[in-house]
Amino acid sequence: MIEIENLSHQIGGKPILSGIDLTLPTGGVTALIGPNGAGKSTLLKLISRHLSLQSGAVALDGVSLASIPADQLALKLATVSQEVGVASRLRIKDLVAFGRWPHTKGRPDKADHYVVDRTLQKFGLVDLQNRFLDEVSGGQRQRAFVAMAYAQDTDWLLLDEPLNNLDLVHARALMAELKRMALEDEKSIVIVLHDLNYAVAWADRIVGLRGGQLEMSGKVKTVATSEILSALYETKIEVEDTASGRRVWYYS
Amino acid sequence: MPGSLVARPKRFYLWTVLLLLTLSGVSIFVGVGTLVFSGLFTNPEALSLLLISRLPRTLAIILTGASLAVSGVIMQLLVRNRFVEPSTTGTSEAAMLGLLAVTLLAPQWSIFSKMLVASGASLLGIFGFLMLIRRLPPEQPLIIPLVGLIYAGILGAAATFVAYQTDLIQYLWIWITGEFSGVLAGRYELLWLAGALALLAYVAADQFTVAGLGREASLSLGLNYTQVLTLGVVTVALVASLVIVTVGMLPFIGLVVPNIVSRLMGDNLRESLPVVAGLGAGFVLVSDIIGRLVRYPYEIPASTVFGIVGAAIFLWMLLGRRSHA
Amino acid sequence: MPDKRLLWLGSGLVAATALYLLWGLGGRVWFILELRGIKLAGLVLVGIAVAFATVLFQTLSGNRILTPAIMGFDALFLLVQASLVLSLGGFGYAQLPSVLLFGVNSGAMMWASVLLFAAVLHRARHDIQLMILVGVVFGLMFRSLTSFIQRLIAPSEFAMIQGAMFAQFSGINRVELRAASLLLLMVLIWLWPRMAVLDVVALGRAPARSLGLDYDRVQMQMLCVIAALVSVSTALVGPITFLGLLVASLTHTLMRTHRHALLLPASALIAAIILVSGQAVFERVLRMQSTLTVVIEFVGGLLFLYLLARGKLR
Repeated sequence: MIEIENLSHQIGGKPILSGIDLTLPTGGVTALIGPNGAGKSTLLKLISRHLSLQSGAVALDGVSLASIPADQLALKLATVSQEVGVASRLRIKDLVAFGRWPHTKGRPDKADHYVVDRTLQKFGLVDLQNRFLDEVSGGQRQRAFVAMAYAQDTDWLLLDEPLNNLDLVHARALMAELKRMALEDEKSIVIVLHDLNYAVAWADRIVGLRGGQLEMSGKVKTVATSEILSALYETKIEVEDTASGRRVWYYS
Repeated sequence: MPGSLVARPKRFYLWTVLLLLTLSGVSIFVGVGTLVFSGLFTNPEALSLLLISRLPRTLAIILTGASLAVSGVIMQLLVRNRFVEPSTTGTSEAAMLGLLAVTLLAPQWSIFSKMLVASGASLLGIFGFLMLIRRLPPEQPLIIPLVGLIYAGILGAAATFVAYQTDLIQYLWIWITGEFSGVLAGRYELLWLAGALALLAYVAADQFTVAGLGREASLSLGLNYTQVLTLGVVTVALVASLVIVTVGMLPFIGLVVPNIVSRLMGDNLRESLPVVAGLGAGFVLVSDIIGRLVRYPYEIPASTVFGIVGAAIFLWMLLGRRSHA
Repeated sequence: MPDKRLLWLGSGLVAATALYLLWGLGGRVWFILELRGIKLAGLVLVGIAVAFATVLFQTLSGNRILTPAIMGFDALFLLVQASLVLSLGGFGYAQLPSVLLFGVNSGAMMWASVLLFAAVLHRARHDIQLMILVGVVFGLMFRSLTSFIQRLIAPSEFAMIQGAMFAQFSGINRVELRAASLLLLMVLIWLWPRMAVLDVVALGRAPARSLGLDYDRVQMQMLCVIAALVSVSTALVGPITFLGLLVASLTHTLMRTHRHALLLPASALIAAIILVSGQAVFERVLRMQSTLTVVIEFVGGLLFLYLLARGKLR
């Protein structure tokens, strides 16, 4: 369980987040949504400690996040950042293998190699494993980074807009894999999404931010309604349940 | 660790070792005094020539080339830019300024203390460079080496100014031109320290590789990013000033070699660092041998030879990059 | 009626000249005046050459932070000079009359820079950062090649060109001065009727061509002119990297115009004022001989970094 208490953050004097109180329960897929500039990525970076806390508190299973040493935290929580261009020329297999770093500190055993191989299979990277990161497409690179975080084998997995470079097929496959991880491996997944469709279709819970304020949070079935989403995006959004039980949305 | 299942590096290792052995052999047996292998056991003079001059020279070259190439690759991973190295970022120039200052203010200090002062100055130099590039947009990778070169130029101008005013321009010339003709037993041993630093970098190879993925990815893997950054920066500063104090500046080695190796086998340092070190040593050996042969019996500094060859390779990398970008 | 700002700059230069010539004058007045006069002429000549070369180069490259020196032109001149000494032999080189020597040097320099530009820099034009980096690295390579040649020729022969390796304003030679002013005069005569053409060139290749300009030919001509100008300044005082940048950016700030008929005279005046008054201060107040260039390099270098950091690089 991640508890966020009275969290505020400023960048260059401009408030990005103000007074966020939020609890992310263990298990399931939680989607962070909201219009551009809502503070979704900042919130995720504060939880993953890529940004340091200015005011407020974040606790993981009752322990203040700030007090956990970096190498311990890496065993509990893995993050996939938004890609900012990788300068390194690493093979995909090597990159995924670095996901085992927090466990092995550079001395992997058979079990680690097994995890790496399985991860490569799971993310469809076996054929690409000896290719260099700068020789594959943006989407394939993105999948490699997600696979690396997966190989880290942590209870919590934080992803910042992982669908950015993915085509329809791979975006759907990734969401399905995340969902399966939440269900079968009992992982807790927090994901920043700008595509409402994926959030509504695959997440268990939705957290909505707007202008640095927490607007809503709760189970998809209860909060993904026309009124709440329309208010969040300040755009008229219709939500309907289809005959097959799927919830869809559209805007005019 | 990662990639240990890939068999390809072994081939590179083999070639690197063969190259180094051949070049070292040539380096030992080329020179003004004739040295023949069979003479080593019968002629005591030949043996002392080998032990006092030729062997130390060859060792000094290998240590210099290897440690410079390693510090270049470390800098490239930490700055996350392919085109930086100590001599294109003001590190070497800052070391020269420090050396100049200590030569002026405390000329009686030992060479080791002077080296420490130079290292301190080059640390400041790197720090200044890192501050300077912090605001630069990451999507324009060529701005960083450009700023580095100009920054180095300004520090160099300051050093020239001070040296000119204090009649130390001769010293400055010696530090600027890296050459190995003065290397004798007893005068190069500080370089072993540079070699040890390169070895230390190999121990921390995985850390540097992870740091090369960027700050966020490193933090996510629980790497102590600041610690790795500090280790890297200190290593680069020490190597740069050790080399300048003992043999002088050798630009472009740290730039050209890591880029070639990266193309061949990627940036996983655990795999590639031995090849980087070996190839760095090989390039300096070749430059030194050419410098000794072109105008025999006079010598042309290895740094001059590599200044031409290295710049040509760098230009080829810059312009060739376009064609398949 | 000339532009008011040009008049102001002109009077500024007159004042600086008076300051330099007359300050602390005493003893053998005519002898000192003659010495100072030669130096003054050298400074003004260098100012004009550097200012013109930079403004023209910036027009040609469509970029406000480039100078020929940053792109390695100065280093190329030194390399050309060293190669001539190598191929003619020190004795043969010294036997040539100074004016002819100057002509040969400049001619070889023009040839080399056009060749270089056509072969390499042209390929990098679309990416200005790449172009600068390539230029800077070329400069480094030329410097290494020059010192390589230095080792190939006898030390006594090299002493002949060593004077040109460092920038200094103290030892301007009377014969060189005459040759340089001749060359500069030729450039000015060629340039004078073409000011308006330069304004069109500044628009860029495609617009200039659609206005009916034979852009590629003009470009080559301008490169030759720039090479000649760099020869003038480098032969007189040695390589100076950042003076042109300082002058060009001051000129653009002051004049706020695209018209070369105004830009070129203004830049020349500004450069001359900086050099003459700077030299006056250094010689008379600080009693230093050869450090003006270092200070100019320092200030100019800082300006360059500032411009980079401000994102002026397009």
